[in-house]
Amino acid sequence: MEQQFFILLALVAIGSGLLVVIARNPIHSALSLVACFVQIAALFVLLGSPFLAVIQIFVYVGAIMVLFLFVIMMLDVRKEAHTRFIQNGVMPTFLVLLALASELLLLLSQSSRLHAVMASQRVIVDEPTKHLSLSLFRDFLLPFEVASVILLVALIGAVVLARSEDRTESTQKTTEEAAK
Amino acid sequence: MENLYAILPILIKVAVVVAVLLLLPLPLVWLERKIAGHIQQRPGPMRVGWHGLLQPVADGIKLLIKEDHIPSDADRFLFKIAPVVALVPPFVVFVAIPFGEPVEVFGTQLMLSLSNMNVGLLFILAISGIGIFGIILAGWASNSKYSVLGSLRAIAQMISYEIPMAFSVIGVVMLSNSMNMMDIVSAQKNLWNVVYQPIGFFVFFVSGLAEAQRIPFDLPEAEGDLGAGYHTEYSGIRFSLFMLSEYLVVVFLGFLNVILFFGGWHGAPPFVPETVWLLLKVAFFIWVFMWFRFTFPRYRYDQLMAIGWKVLLPLALLNILISGLFMF
Repeated sequence: MEQQFFILLALVAIGSGLLVVIARNPIHSALSLVACFVQIAALFVLLGSPFLAVIQIFVYVGAIMVLFLFVIMMLDVRKEAHTRFIQNGVMPTFLVLLALASELLLLLSQSSRLHAVMASQRVIVDEPTKHLSLSLFRDFLLPFEVASVILLVALIGAVVLARSEDRTESTQKTTEEAAK
Repeated sequence: MENLYAILPILIKVAVVVAVLLLLPLPLVWLERKIAGHIQQRPGPMRVGWHGLLQPVADGIKLLIKEDHIPSDADRFLFKIAPVVALVPPFVVFVAIPFGEPVEVFGTQLMLSLSNMNVGLLFILAISGIGIFGIILAGWASNSKYSVLGSLRAIAQMISYEIPMAFSVIGVVMLSNSMNMMDIVSAQKNLWNVVYQPIGFFVFFVSGLAEAQRIPFDLPEAEGDLGAGYHTEYSGIRFSLFMLSEYLVVVFLGFLNVILFFGGWHGAPPFVPETVWLLLKVAFFIWVFMWFRFTFPRYRYDQLMAIGWKVLLPLALLNILISGLFMF
């Protein structure tokens, strides 16, 4: 049963992921990305981590994608829909993709240690949320804090870059939204 | 067959909750118009049925048979699905809301909630956050400047007020040591959370008003300057779906206020069943929301943003700090 669900969710996720790239209209792309994120949240539920699933919806769907759509709605979408993403021919892109694909194939077929790395270390715990918070705030406290400091630096960088001579209210707002 | 028996109670519960929620806006529309009338010293709807009780039914029939108009340059697909998308989250949040202690039916325990999940509160906040998508789709697909302006306002408002709202419930989670809604209610057995968390309640209540886009924070559909906001171009049944979702958000906020801060079903007077007591408290909050609508003027947009970021967010952070100090 679990496997059927996985196949269903994965297929929809891949389909909507493809639509993100294929759709001409930026709004349609963004909405397909929303669908893709929701499928990934469902995959987290299947893996037995409802907390990550809810966080996925909270952060990606509820905050990041809403801000994406907010920005897209400000743009002239009709003009954007007619410009090509890759302007001068698809041939170089195709070659790069081919190189990357052959590299991946080589890695998968030749490497002996890759599969050991990829094997999942599945541990079933009673209270996933509790274990997650314990490992975040006790076992791996230093990496967690370092990551948050890096995020803070990025945030301040964004403020400095976006700040023009006169501090308008909209700049303030965007940075505060990013702070979320 | 055994599988069927296992899921049968869940199916029945889902059917009951959906049916009640679908019908609930009918009395709520009547109530809102009556409250409006009496606050403004007029009787409100009186013609259809006793004291206008059947007025919402008449309005519903009118909306059903009206022409379903789609603007010529609209994005037809998104325009059509937007009301449905707006309707889904207000229903989904009720998955995690408990209606009472488990009861014994035919020798088996029956939970009075659709799902007693560990991350209930977080789930509710996340789902209420994606309620904005219907508004985004409606505003953009209508291809009308009033709709786009309305939905831009709605997005900025919802994103801004989601943060103080989420922060204000952290105190509650700290007190009950859990994000499970049942645990949150049982932690308030002796004393309601509003006693410990007055600031948290204030922030939650105000940002809840803003999330529901009720007066004094109803700028996304300010009829004076925007026509009707994001649903300007909608008519007939699609418009009524938006109305439905707005009323459901009000009901859901009533539930959340009661469960998080007013003890859920605890503190019932004698001979009153717990679930009835819970519903009475929720009804009180719905009444308060409607009372506010006809009492307060609308804020300006810059005032709205200033209140969210400069008053409610610091207050919510202060509340977390104070709760932490007391618990430590």
